[in-house]
Amino acid sequence: MSDVFTVPRPRRNVEALLLIVALTVAIGANWLVGLDKENPFDSAFWLQGGTLAALALIFHVLLRFRAKYADPVILPIVIALNGIGLAMIYRLDLALPASSQPVAPSQFLWTTVAMAASIGTLLVIRDHRILRRFTYISLIVSAVLLMLPLTPLGVEINGARIWINVGVGTFQPGEVAKITLAIFFAGYLSTNRDLILLAGKKLGPLQLPRFRDLAPMVAAWLVSIGVLIFQRDLGSSILFFGLFMAMIYVATSRVSWVLIGLAMIAVGGYAALQLFSHVALRIDSWINAFEPEVFNRNPGGSGQVVQGLFGLANGGLAGTGLGQGRPDLVTYANSDMIITALGEELGLIGLFAIVLLYILLISRGFRAALGTRDGFGKLLACGLSFTIALQCFVVIGGVTRLIPLTGLTTPFMSAGGSSLLANWIIVALLLLISENARRPAVKGPVREAFPDGKQNRNSPATGTTREVSA
Amino acid sequence: MSDLTVTLLRYGFLLLIWILVLSVVSALRRDLVVGRRNRTGAPSARQARRHPELAEEPPARAQARRLVVTEGPLKGTSLDLASSPILLGRAQEATLVLEDDYASGRHARLFPQGSRWFIEDLGSTNGTYLGGNQLTRALPVEPGVPIRIGKTVIELRP
Repeated sequence: MSDVFTVPRPRRNVEALLLIVALTVAIGANWLVGLDKENPFDSAFWLQGGTLAALALIFHVLLRFRAKYADPVILPIVIALNGIGLAMIYRLDLALPASSQPVAPSQFLWTTVAMAASIGTLLVIRDHRILRRFTYISLIVSAVLLMLPLTPLGVEINGARIWINVGVGTFQPGEVAKITLAIFFAGYLSTNRDLILLAGKKLGPLQLPRFRDLAPMVAAWLVSIGVLIFQRDLGSSILFFGLFMAMIYVATSRVSWVLIGLAMIAVGGYAALQLFSHVALRIDSWINAFEPEVFNRNPGGSGQVVQGLFGLANGGLAGTGLGQGRPDLVTYANSDMIITALGEELGLIGLFAIVLLYILLISRGFRAALGTRDGFGKLLACGLSFTIALQCFVVIGGVTRLIPLTGLTTPFMSAGGSSLLANWIIVALLLLISENARRPAVKGPVREAFPDGKQNRNSPATGTTREVSA
Repeated sequence: MSDLTVTLLRYGFLLLIWILVLSVVSALRRDLVVGRRNRTGAPSARQARRHPELAEEPPARAQARRLVVTEGPLKGTSLDLASSPILLGRAQEATLVLEDDYASGRHARLFPQGSRWFIEDLGSTNGTYLGGNQLTRALPVEPGVPIRIGKTVIELRP
């Protein structure tokens, strides 16, 4: 946990300039995909561009007042990614037959809701350390969120029961659960790191933690994995398990944890392969993707992935140009396969730019973790950036046939409101942590770190005598 | 719209995305490079002029090797410092079990980082004081500076 030195500077003007470029990318993409329409500059275009710019401006002004030292590149990167995603979803709508329901308007609505939620998070949570008080509440909230789809509220779509019906539409509570789980892991590990590390038996080179120190972690792990097995959602269970492993590794810096985790993944994967037919089909359609009978098999065929690969090949180096390709031939082109749709129309050159934007975003998250001074903030920033990184890896790796395809959303891009909402809240949290990291350190007498009085993270030893702290 | 314009717009958009990527990278130029300055944490002469508080030279330090209890029930106890963190508190699993009614079960932790030892309060009831100031975050401990936990005072010795 090194404190990396940088001269404190607000750099909000840099953010303003980058936002202009990012908005040009977002609105430009939207304009380019509508070029073939009779009237590309219709009211919907202006409404969408205007709202995006206005929300970005509000966000920027808020940061100037509330979090002056926050990282200047996170917001522009996210605006650009979200804008490119919106444009591609709109473009795929245009290729749909007129009878089907367009996706872009609801995605746009969700973008405004998500950005508003992110702004709200910044306003309500002025300091990320407040979240540490909600360590155990977060665990309960995560459990409830993950259980919700199993209740009568739940809706089953394509074999996975991970959505709930909220009247106006469906919502995926697991997306929000990844934030609350990260808060729990960060709060728990930052308090109990030493106990997990130091207390317990030694078994050869491995230091085994005592069970009662690890019990809440195991409970969290069982809840997330167990519920996800019942909901048959492989992607989310990989995401939660990865988050769990990454945070425990960051907290303890023990490679043995990673090895234990990998072994558990191998055992779990083998069990899933034997128990669940859909997992076995996934693996088969990954290895033998180009076999004709695998390609046409329904369900569990490789048609979607292979069509995506054909799309990427069609795009080549420079792409077919936005609105010029046929990404609509791939099923779920606007959600799971949006990366191949973009790869087809923007080519390898454009896709690499997008991947680089993700890498820069994630690296800024880790940078905030390096810079911030409290253990909880470090762990939370690491965990949240890691979820974005892992989602990118699983999705992009899946559609390019590096790993078997699992259903996870591409952060900020693919169609899906709950994912957008969760990721924008993550952005707000990362901005808060980066503000804490980059703000000049308080010199002189140390102030109270927790704004509203001292809090008890530990229960007092046995409550015998207590000194009143001055 | 002619083919030429469409082609130009196509490449123009690719160029635009890369302009965004490159301007983000150039905005972070100093942050991205893990150069000598970032590694050592020493500010340049210009930065030191503008921010005089950054120019403070850390004094030469003696390496702490022992932990000594100077006041309280355990007075006189000493502990050799290895490279592993030390847990202070009344709980049985603590490295130094404090028999002090004013200490919490898991009160504070001392951990090595680079060439120094840091102390961090673990959310104790009565707080940890380093040289008279209550800890709110992990702070480096110099040898000879008293750390007060309840009625116990400990010091690091070279």
